Amino acid sequence: MPSTAAQLAIQAKNLNVFYGAFKAVKNVNLPIERKKVTAIIGPSGCGKSTVLRSFNRMNELVPSAHIEGEILFNGQNIYASDVDPVEVRRRIGMVFQKPNPFPKTIYENVAWGARLNGFRGGVGRPNMDEWVEQCLLKAALWDEVKDKLHQSGLSLSGGQQQRLCIARAIAVQPEIILMDEPASALDPIATLKIEDLMHELAQEYTIIVVTHNMQQAARVSDFTAFFTMDEDRSGILVEFGPTTQIFTTPTDDRTEGYITGRFG
Amino acid sequence: MNVHSSRETFDRSLKKLLDQVLILGSMVEQAVLESMRALQDRDFVVARRVYEADQRINEKRYAIEHECIILIATQQPMARDVRLLAAVLEIITELERIGDYAKGICKINILMNEEPVHQPTLLSLQQMADIGTDMLRRSLDAFITLDVQVARALPKEDNAVDALYNNLYRTQLAQMMADPSSIDRGNHLLWAAHNLERLADRVINICERIVYVSTGEMKELDSPDVVDL
Repeated sequence: MPSTAAQLAIQAKNLNVFYGAFKAVKNVNLPIERKKVTAIIGPSGCGKSTVLRSFNRMNELVPSAHIEGEILFNGQNIYASDVDPVEVRRRIGMVFQKPNPFPKTIYENVAWGARLNGFRGGVGRPNMDEWVEQCLLKAALWDEVKDKLHQSGLSLSGGQQQRLCIARAIAVQPEIILMDEPASALDPIATLKIEDLMHELAQEYTIIVVTHNMQQAARVSDFTAFFTMDEDRSGILVEFGPTTQIFTTPTDDRTEGYITGRFG
Repeated sequence: MNVHSSRETFDRSLKKLLDQVLILGSMVEQAVLESMRALQDRDFVVARRVYEADQRINEKRYAIEHECIILIATQQPMARDVRLLAAVLEIITELERIGDYAKGICKINILMNEEPVHQPTLLSLQQMADIGTDMLRRSLDAFITLDVQVARALPKEDNAVDALYNNLYRTQLAQMMADPSSIDRGNHLLWAAHNLERLADRVINICERIVYVSTGEMKELDSPDVVDL
């Protein structure tokens, strides 16, 4: 992939992830282009969520997990000893499979993270009300909630809750948004709204999405990475390239077999 | 790697679809050969029958197209599957057009009425039709087996058809200049020859699709042009 370093938002270099003695992900090299949507696909257990989580040090929350190799974020290894994981997770946000809004108002869901990250409104900058509105607008939720900002986030539908989580994620001004099966718990209409939103968000943010739904990967992403398991059941990256190429003319037989449903 | 197929229904449908393409191919081949036989024999009854039977070729083509669209909508084909279905859509269009050429030859036959046609001219036309339909048959075999080697080799055989056409063009032109009363007939025969020349060109298009399905490579397969007008 002829991407220059400047085009890359983040990059896995010789990444190995272990859970105890088990190597869950083996020697992955994955360049992620800035302000593009990159999809990670592959069968269950191929390590795609593990790779996603290593992009913002979420795997550290699993006690037995450790990694080898590097994740270069704007050229810097996020696993270097002087890097604060909390700062990493602010700049690289995450949206999960199941919408998980806080049991607070819609407004507070968005404002909370911003406040925690030292958001200061003021002269020449938006105040908190404006900021909450901007985030909800970007998450394509504003029109649906503007008259009930002080109702509980949990009162919303599943699709709305997921967009609220996206608004919450962008409220802390990340550069990258990681999405782990963001639409798999949603109905087709809500799914399409999330997919449209991903296109919109990619104008401003870099998005990496793990999905089981290949049509979704084909629809939303600019690049696709196909992972599978090797004979040791470790996750390996088989093929990475422009989505249009992966879904029409994959070069590896394993990719072809997976996306055409000939195995798996 | 577990290679059991989790897509038996789709595979069955694809096989049925390809069978239909082969049937369409043989309908078209038969139409060309019968249109030529009718021309040789100046048999207007057969010509009219082949002319009217073109309708069935068109209907078959639409039926296959419809089946393709259903498979695209219901199976969301990817990779080689999507290339194959796209190729089927192209190939049935080529076949239907070849059917139109056969229909055109029948029309010419009828339009020429009782005008006598020289044996050498008929022989050249027949040779063009024989080479063209042979190429057609082998291209469809290669499509079913995705034989890239055959697909890449076949276009060269178009040169023989082009040479026959150029030759026929010159002799007809000379004849029309020598005897203006033959212009009508000469025009008709050139029209028939042109149809047969285009037939072989369309086989090349089919070959291009075979290469695309098996390699993903989409480009023209050249047959060096021998036209010297």
